[in-house]
Amino acid sequence: MVKWYPTEDVQKVRVKRANKPSKLRGRISPGQVLILLAGKHQGKRVIFLKQLEGGLLLVTGPYKFNGVPLKRVPQAYTVPTSTKVDVSGSDFSKINDAYFAKEKENAKKTEEAFFAPKKEKKPFSDAKKAMQKSVDAGIAGKITDPIVKKYLKTKFRLRNGMFPHTLKF
Amino acid sequence: MAQARFVEIGRVVYANFGPESGKLCVIVDVIDAKRALVDGPTTGVIRQQMPFSRISLTEFVLPIKRNQKSANVAKSFDEHEIIKKWNASHAGKHVASALRRASLTDFERFKLMVAQKKKSLLVKKEMKKIKPKH
Repeated sequence: MVKWYPTEDVQKVRVKRANKPSKLRGRISPGQVLILLAGKHQGKRVIFLKQLEGGLLLVTGPYKFNGVPLKRVPQAYTVPTSTKVDVSGSDFSKINDAYFAKEKENAKKTEEAFFAPKKEKKPFSDAKKAMQKSVDAGIAGKITDPIVKKYLKTKFRLRNGMFPHTLKF
Repeated sequence: MAQARFVEIGRVVYANFGPESGKLCVIVDVIDAKRALVDGPTTGVIRQQMPFSRISLTEFVLPIKRNQKSANVAKSFDEHEIIKKWNASHAGKHVASALRRASLTDFERFKLMVAQKKKSLLVKKEMKKIKPKH
């Protein structure tokens, strides 16, 4: 039988798949130390707090240890280690995807606005600084072992003879 | 050639490659220039041929006969406490530490690095005292 072709070209309707948030990998649980693989903070060891509604992971350095703030990270760009830190003393339940939303600027695109000198960067909001401090205090307070502190401060580094597929994390 | 180890009947060998890697077994017969018949009833190695390229000779030799029965090989192995002697030997310890290193987690590797740095710092300090200044 010859294949049947419609007389007019019919656009194939593509069913839009709902974007499912990624499943949390088995080993990752609150307090787990993760290694970030990409971005400004690549190589840094951070602490996983929770998975946000959109699927991204909420992590924090803590900021005082390695300069990583409360941050959203895709799971694929992390390597979970087997080390865990106690985060029960820290309250991050209020942080969700809306917390990270950019403040919308009501700038109309006029000619003069286009040629005007660029506006200064908005300073980091005090409310967010306070949230960072409170979340980190609950975590850093429980880390008493100086080696663990040093561990979080140090970046992960591959050296000669270290092959990621043979390493145990 | 002070301490040459020979391929001989009864030589305890360590399989370092292949499906039996990591296990000790005994040379029970030599098949040809490249293969031996090995047996490790107490260490889980079925009597089989094994190329010499896959094994390392250890310092231990058992007084067994050629093509000795597996049961008697096991008896001799246990009598001479080969596993105990292997674990205490230099080569056995090296193998064990290599396995340990491969199973270190990220945090353990970090602690090891910190400890090695401390150690080398102490060594350098002492070396400075001994070495004459330029």
